[in-house]
Amino acid sequence: MDAETRVASAPHVTLDGVTKRYGGVTALDSVDFACRLGSIHAVLGENGAGKSTLIKIMSGVVQPDEGEIRLDGKPMTFAHPAAANAKGIVCIFQELSLMSDLSVADNISISDPPRRFGLIDRKAQRRRAEQLLARIGCEDVNPLSRVRDLPLSRRQMVEIAKALAKEPTVLILDEATSALTAADVDTVFGILRRLRDDGISILTISHRMHEIEAVADRCSVFRNGRHIETFDQGARTEGEIVQMMIGREISAHFPPKPPPPEVATPMLQLSGYSWENRLKSIDLSVGAGEIVGLGGLDGQGQKELLLGLFGVLKDVSGTVTVQGKTVKIKSPQDAKKAGVDLALIPEDRKTEGLMLPMSIADNLTIASLSRLSAGPFVNPAAMTAAVEDGIKRMQIKVGSEFDPVSTLSGGNQQKVVIAKWLMTDPKIVLLNDPTRGIDVGTKQEIYRLLRDLAETGAAIILYSTDYEELIGCCDRVAVMYDGQIVRELAGAEITERNIIASALNMDEAAA
Amino acid sequence: MTSVPSDPPASRFRLSEDDKPIVVAASFIVIILAIGTAYTLSTQGTATLLSPQYLLQQLQVGAFLGIVAAGMMLVILLGHIDLSVPWTIAAAAMMATTVGGPAAIPVGLAVGLLVGLVNGMGVAYLRIPSMIFTLGVNAVMRGLMVAHTGGFAPQTAATDLMQYLAVGKILGIPVALLVWAAVSIGVMVLLQRTSFGKSIYAIGNKEAAAYLAGVPTKRMIIGAFCLCGMAAGLAGTLLAGYSTKAYQGMGDAYLLPAIAAVVIGGTHILGGRGRYIGTLIGVILIVLLNSVLSIMQMPEAGRQVIYGSVIIGMLLVYGRGRKVTS
Amino acid sequence: MSDLRIRLSQNAPLLTAVVVFALFYVFYNMNHPRGFSTAVLIQNSNEVFTLAMVAMAQTLPVLLGGLDLSVGAIMTLVNTIASHLLNGGPLQIIFGFIVCLAAGAACGFVNGCVVVYGRIQPIIATLATGAIFMGIALFLRPTPGGDVDGDLSWTATNDLYEIAATYGFAQDGDAAWFQPIAWIPVPLLLLILVAVCIWLPFARSVTGRTVYAVGSGEGAAFMSGLAIDRAKIAAFTLGGLFAGIGGLYLALQTSSGNADIPQAGAYTLNSIAAVVIGGTSLLGGVGSAIGSIFGALILRTISFNFRIFEIDPLMQPLFEGVVLLAAVSLGALRVLRVKNSLELFR
Repeated sequence: MDAETRVASAPHVTLDGVTKRYGGVTALDSVDFACRLGSIHAVLGENGAGKSTLIKIMSGVVQPDEGEIRLDGKPMTFAHPAAANAKGIVCIFQELSLMSDLSVADNISISDPPRRFGLIDRKAQRRRAEQLLARIGCEDVNPLSRVRDLPLSRRQMVEIAKALAKEPTVLILDEATSALTAADVDTVFGILRRLRDDGISILTISHRMHEIEAVADRCSVFRNGRHIETFDQGARTEGEIVQMMIGREISAHFPPKPPPPEVATPMLQLSGYSWENRLKSIDLSVGAGEIVGLGGLDGQGQKELLLGLFGVLKDVSGTVTVQGKTVKIKSPQDAKKAGVDLALIPEDRKTEGLMLPMSIADNLTIASLSRLSAGPFVNPAAMTAAVEDGIKRMQIKVGSEFDPVSTLSGGNQQKVVIAKWLMTDPKIVLLNDPTRGIDVGTKQEIYRLLRDLAETGAAIILYSTDYEELIGCCDRVAVMYDGQIVRELAGAEITERNIIASALNMDEAAA
Repeated sequence: MTSVPSDPPASRFRLSEDDKPIVVAASFIVIILAIGTAYTLSTQGTATLLSPQYLLQQLQVGAFLGIVAAGMMLVILLGHIDLSVPWTIAAAAMMATTVGGPAAIPVGLAVGLLVGLVNGMGVAYLRIPSMIFTLGVNAVMRGLMVAHTGGFAPQTAATDLMQYLAVGKILGIPVALLVWAAVSIGVMVLLQRTSFGKSIYAIGNKEAAAYLAGVPTKRMIIGAFCLCGMAAGLAGTLLAGYSTKAYQGMGDAYLLPAIAAVVIGGTHILGGRGRYIGTLIGVILIVLLNSVLSIMQMPEAGRQVIYGSVIIGMLLVYGRGRKVTS
Repeated sequence: MSDLRIRLSQNAPLLTAVVVFALFYVFYNMNHPRGFSTAVLIQNSNEVFTLAMVAMAQTLPVLLGGLDLSVGAIMTLVNTIASHLLNGGPLQIIFGFIVCLAAGAACGFVNGCVVVYGRIQPIIATLATGAIFMGIALFLRPTPGGDVDGDLSWTATNDLYEIAATYGFAQDGDAAWFQPIAWIPVPLLLLILVAVCIWLPFARSVTGRTVYAVGSGEGAAFMSGLAIDRAKIAAFTLGGLFAGIGGLYLALQTSSGNADIPQAGAYTLNSIAAVVIGGTSLLGGVGSAIGSIFGALILRTISFNFRIFEIDPLMQPLFEGVVLLAAVSLGALRVLRVKNSLELFR
């Protein structure tokens, strides 16, 4: 079907006056929304704007309190995801829906396996997996492998293959590209365009503006559970979109960088730092007051470098010098000791950063229990003071500090993680992709905070999968490739072109 | 929404999710007493169950279970379990009576501590699921004790101090009850007022997050298992004092009731949530249920059925997990 | 990685259990005065069958990521029912069989419903239902005893020849064509039949795979639109059926029923040990009932070796405990090779 014959304006999925409340919170407020047949439709908004609820309703995970969903004009109710799947609506969720102990082939055919004599036909299932994996350029994945044994970016690709196996007519992607490598993102976009040209409607949620520009036909902005505006991609400038999302004017994305200091006192120095075959003889120095970015493609050792410094990895070699003293950091306990003063904002706040069912207060104080205690006993007064201070400092929006941290939005949760570590007065702060899946407003607060921290003399290492962030935030960027630092960029050298060229380890990068 | 709303032990001013089991279990105790009293009134014309003498006597017997459950709760809060309790009790009792003299009680406690240490090391360092590791340790302890005693009831007797602690009375209050109270206060302070307690909750909720926050997770796990072992050791020593000697299988009757008491009291079996006061009430509930059933001269078959039904019934009221929807 | 290597690495725990069992068993037979004989094989199969069944029963809840503390009680309950019903005419006996198997499955079904609709953690739910099943068993059989058809008991615990000889077919077992299979012990054949005709099809059915999926991640399974509740109930029901078969066989083997609480507890605990030794992860999602059979075989073979070396029976509990600890500790040594501590918390 080509673009002419396609009925470009026919609404495929329509939401009419849909409202959804969780307890007292209105997640969606009488939303009217339509997704056209055969288009790629991007949904934008801060965390808590209602995007996730929107797709949960469309894919049958939750049911609306009011309003109705129409598919090709016909009213639908989806009691559970399988009901939506049956109508061709398939969602690729941000949180992986893969069963990590099952094989890739099992996962891809999980909901409708090929059968012989009533039992699962493993050979047919395998052929199907091979075809789908080939289609998304993942021939390197053996369908027999357990998903658990695959790296994160491959798992996300398997997730996409799993969705394609259901032969969707409406495909929904919830931050589905956030864990992918740049090359995989391109492949996925290619597939999305082809699916669109075949008449499939695609709804995508992403916080990466350049990805939306690259792939979307239409955009809708949500704010506070309301649908603000839908427009053709390109009809609005980036500034206008951002303003629609946060509802207020923003002056600059990133706080200004100070001029580089003449002689930076090195706060942290690594030499010959190696681990297994993932980190290869890394030399890096970070000065007080400096923000150093780690760049490069995903999975080139950046995460391992941060984890290694924080004492999570065993058998690292090379020397680490902190504030002039050589240290051996064998555990996170060692890392936060006085004289080392490290802090790590981990990759996954839900499993590594927070104890979700526990209170905000308990989460905030867990890293500084020893300084809030006298002997074995905690000091309740010091605790309350510290919690209040942390909430104020990070401007965390909380009802009560005794509420479970799971009741907060993603951005506020991440603030809790950061506030927890600020309480320990760290001298060196390691951040592992701290703004992933975070709304624009909170992102900017985090950038501001990093700069403020640096100005008080802290050394900061920031790993980010978002190039814009590295360019906007960092005084220097160390680009990693295959466990090595292949290039350090400083000042005006920090450009997208340079980072990408170095990330691919191309020769002209050195030139 | 997989999020589990719960209030921390720190918030004392609101009736939270964690308080509900405690209220329900407490009301159930009243119901048990009412049914039991109605029975005794109609058959014997007396309200035996409500006499302070009788209640104290029952609670004295319950003290052993209470001490075991206190230790078990620490381990369950971590998201683990200690199945080595039965033979830790027996081993502590046998060793204490074998050694005798003033060293008897310290030896009993030391046996518990040692078992807890081994359990903790296996779970914390080797990362073996506690379910299976403590099961193995239980078998080893049983083996050691069978080999030590030749499979017969040991002839050694409990020391006077052990007997005093188990059956003695101060001002009419059984000493065993006071020991239980002391253990209870200790555990309550530990859970609410110490960084060890806070860390136990944190580990039970998300061990990776606690580890990355610099909590010494291994030490905490080992510590909790050691305390659990020592609680079992103490219970074993007291139990030997109560029956004046140690015997084979003396701890077998304490494992499942201890777990049941902890869970009935609202502690989540997968760890991270629960309050000690709930465990206390859970123990009292089980003890009183047993007394009422024995007053009614219920045969073993009926006791088992009622016992199981009560646990399920209580959990149906408040222990239901949340349906997984995302 | 080649397919073969992937399969080998994924099945390493099961293969280890098979090899360990083979070594233990060959060693046992080499040291047995009548080693490698049918008589020894028959005796061993008899002693292993019930535990193997209870271990298979335990595998299903464990695959779901739970634990069933009632398998020993279900086994015992069915054992007491069987001791009442397995006598009289052929029709009566067949009726008894059906009732026993149905009772086992019904107990499992109850467990499943309590877990699914009551939303209670399996370990606690089965702790409670186990007490109830045990109570019913005690009610049915307050003291050990019962009446089991003698012929049936005899043939079920011997080789195929005895079946033919007792019930008079294949020329009372002397037919030439019958000889190659006449030596096979009935319990061994039953074990293989249960594994091949019940377990394997189940594992390859959609419901079976849903059980694995739920154990691997219940949230992900829900998102994938799987029938989680049905799979859970099916798993517990099948577990109950396996435990029931075990109890039924125990009645045939001992010609009686016995509501013995410590014995039920021992079976439950040994079943957990067998499941773990057989390579099923207590976290769920990985493993198989075949592994659990080998786990049970290993546990029993250890006792066989004890008998043969006339080791003081008093030492046996100690030795069993040490072997269990050693087995799980050896399996855990891979922890020392983990270079990223975060991987320990998965």
